[in-house]
This record gives sequence, C-alpha cells and structure tokens, in this order.
Amino acid sequence: MSVPTEVHAQLAAVTRVYRAAAGHPPVHALGPIDLDLRKGEFFAVVGPSGCGKSTFLEVLAGLQPPTAGTVTFEGKAVNGEVADGIGVVFQEDASFPWLTVWDNAAFGLRRNGVAAAEIRRRVDDALAFMGLKDFARAYPSQLSGGMRQRVCIARTLVLQPRLILLDEPFGALDAQTRLLMGDEVLRLWRRTGATILLITHALDEAAMLADRVGAMSARPGRFIDIIETAWPRERDSTIVAEPAFGEITGRLWERLRGESLKALGHSGVNAAAAE
Amino acid sequence: MMRVGWLRVTVIVALIGALELACRTGIINQQTVIPPSEMARALWALLASGGLNADLERTLGMIAVVIALSILLGFIAGVALHALPRVREALEPFFATYYAVPIFIFYPVLIAIFGLSVMPIVLIGVATAVVAMIIATLNGLDRVPAVLGKVARVHRLGRIRTAVTLQLPAAAPYLFTGVKLSVSYGFIAVIAAEFILSPAGLGRDIADAYADFNNRRMYALILFLLIVATAVNAALHALDMSFAERRRGGRP
Repeated sequence: MSVPTEVHAQLAAVTRVYRAAAGHPPVHALGPIDLDLRKGEFFAVVGPSGCGKSTFLEVLAGLQPPTAGTVTFEGKAVNGEVADGIGVVFQEDASFPWLTVWDNAAFGLRRNGVAAAEIRRRVDDALAFMGLKDFARAYPSQLSGGMRQRVCIARTLVLQPRLILLDEPFGALDAQTRLLMGDEVLRLWRRTGATILLITHALDEAAMLADRVGAMSARPGRFIDIIETAWPRERDSTIVAEPAFGEITGRLWERLRGESLKALGHSGVNAAAAE
Repeated sequence: MMRVGWLRVTVIVALIGALELACRTGIINQQTVIPPSEMARALWALLASGGLNADLERTLGMIAVVIALSILLGFIAGVALHALPRVREALEPFFATYYAVPIFIFYPVLIAIFGLSVMPIVLIGVATAVVAMIIATLNGLDRVPAVLGKVARVHRLGRIRTAVTLQLPAAAPYLFTGVKLSVSYGFIAVIAAEFILSPAGLGRDIADAYADFNNRRMYALILFLLIVATAVNAALHALDMSFAERRRGGRP
C-alpha cells in the first residue's frame, strides 16, 4: 500500500475553549492538537462521548475559530470561515424537505452560479453514483434515513470538494446499513481522490474505513494515539472478517477504555456542551 | 374527492336541508330565520341589483389591506425579534396574554383620534391579526434546524441568502399558519368594527338591516360573508395541503 505523504490540512497547537456561561467556568473542549492530514488519505477520529470530536471537525472546517493555534488547508489559514474545497456532511439530517432529491443535490451549484448544463451533468452523475438516480424526483420525506444521508453526500459531492469532513454521518443508522454506507464512502473516496476525515463513535467503523485512526482523549480532546491500519486502497466492508480488523479495534479500545471511563466521570451536561 | 370530503359535504347539505325544512314547516319562525333557499335568492337579487357594490368594494378592500399589512408587519417584526432575543424575552409575556385583552375596547379611542374613517378599522384589524403572524414567525424560525445554519456556512451563503433560501422555506409551514390566522382575524376584525360603528361597509349594512327588521337583506349579507370567508379559508387550506403534500411527496 502506498501511503500519501503530502500535507493537505494541518492543525498546529490548536485549542478550543468555550467562553464561560453565567455561573459556569469556561469549557476547555479541545487540544492542544497537532495533526497533519495527508492529501488523499482517509482519517478517522474516535473518542469518548463529549471529548470534542465534533468541535475538532468544526474547527478544521472553519465553522468555529480556534482559541489558539493555527489551522491551514492547502497552505492557507482557515479561521472561522469554510474554505473553498471543503465539504461537510453532518450527523443530523440536513436534507431540505421542500426540495426534491435532484434540487437538493443541485443546491450549492445553483448558489455558485454554475451553468445549467454543468449542474445537470454533475447532479445526474452524483445521484447515479450514490444510487439515487431513480429517486431524483422524490422528496426527502419519501426516503429512508440512509438515503437522506446519501442525498446530503451527493449535495457535497457535486461541489467536488478536495477535503470531505464527515461528522458521524451514519450515527442514526442501523449496523447493517452503516456497513453498506461505509462501502459507499470508500467508493466515493477512491473515485474522488479527496481527503476524508470521518468523526465516529464506532470503533469498528473507524477501523474498517480509515487509513489512519486518531484516538482522542476525554475532554479536552487530544490525540493519545494514531493507528495506521495499513489496509489496501481497494477495500470494502468484508475486511471486518480479517484478523487484523480485530487487532485494530482491540488496540483502539485498549487506548480508549480508560478515557471513556474518565468521560463517564464528567458531568454529562458539560460533556454534551463540549461535543 | 376523498371519503371524508364527501362526508363533510353530506353533513353541510344535511344541516342546510334541516334548516330549510324547519323554516318551511314552521318549527322555526320565518320572522326569526328565513329558509336558506330564500337567503340565496335574496343574495342573488342583491348582487344582481348592484346595490351592494360600493360596500362590497370598501369592506373587501379593507380586509385585503388589513391582511396584507398584518402578514408583512408580523413577518418583519417576527424576524427582528428572533434576531433580538433579549427584546423578545421582554415582550413574550405580552404576546402570551395578547388575545386575552379585547382589542375592540380601543376602538372608541381610535375613532376619537382618527374620526369615522377607514383608519380606525384598519388599525383595529391589524392590531387583531398582526400578533398571530409575529408568533407564527417566531415559532417557525425557532424550528429551523440548527444544522441548516451550518450548511449555509459550508455553502458560504450570506445572511440574506441564508434567510431566503434556507430559513424561510424551512419555516414556511409555520408561517403559513400565521397567514391563515391573519386572514381569519382580518375578516373578523373588519366586519366587527364596521358593525359597531362605521358609516358604511358590509358590517354596517348587516347592522342596519337588523335594526330595520329587514331579514331578507340581513341573512343575504350573512350568507355572502359566510361564503366568502369559507371560500378564502378553503383556498388557503388547499394551498397548505398542497405544500404539505410536496414536502411529504405524497397524499397529505
């Protein structure tokens, strides 16, 4: 397997501290974090509930500014504004119920003033790729949760992002659907050549999908280990039967068990705020 | 038409038929209530004579102005209050008890200020309807999923584009509830205000017919307002159902 080495996005000494709410101390949610995301790699982040995984993603995306440290994407600083070339898929259903699947997918392109023929080409292509071609005229309410998430992925895909950030996109799906959606994401990753960062609470999902898995500590979230999975680029969900898969998930759990116990000891309210 | 629709029509026809029968057989004195068929005949004659045109124009015009102003001002105020949470917090108890106060008590004050013109009626109408629209707008904006705000930022939409392309459509079902309420309150307020103290208009016409014991004219006008109000509400309901069907992608 060839490991990509060119740095695509970088976090240097990044921290995120939420300002104190009335009667509460400030919440140190994240960091300090140093991480180089390699161009074209699939990186997954796992960690206990409330450890700051989503905060990490939002800081990297530019949806939140870091309190300290620097974030760069393709050599340019990211600071509280989403840079061109970054696509984000959220855990929540972010499909637009008032638009058809086709119009959902075309949303970003229309706002960017892309020519109609090009929109048609890209949207048709993305829907076909995501297996939604026959549902182009359907509304999100007619689709299952997994299909709605695919609509959101298609909406991101048409913009041809070079860095795709996935914030627990399969969190609300059942285990079998999640495995199949994992296959879809692997297919998407291979085809687009984009760098993917996946936030997940599922160790098996991270171990199956990623080239590298970052294990995060309890809040404030820091990387306590980064595990290279050494999977071949051509892989799918059948690798869960490989002995190495069990070794990776075992190692991840070994690193995270103590952190998860630590997180359980925290106040649930504070942990949720940090996440 | 669906089964429930037919059932609805059957109930209405049965009630009208029962009233007709009760009036014709003397169970209900025709000096109190005239048969529905007579009401319809009287209305037709009134409309055909053209004698109603001026009042009709005045009242329906005023209702349209009241509804348009209430929806527009209510929406703008709702958006502004949503963006100013402290002001909203201060005003919320006022909104919660607003409809417990009979707004018509201010009508004499408005007449004293503006005279017997259309202004007091329009102001009473707007005052009655606007708060329903403000509450519906706030409710709708509160229910816009937070993730849409993040999606807007990922797509680098400005504030206005976010409002127009994401927040407004997401809040639309709740806004439409406000529109429906504003229409209903607009109708009620204008007719009632004309009824109480106004030199002209359909409400005044009904009050005069009542005072003159002119049952045929009074019931004809009541029937007319019932038909107009029902038709407008039915149209809004149909529109609402069609939006809901679009969102649901199937039969509502």
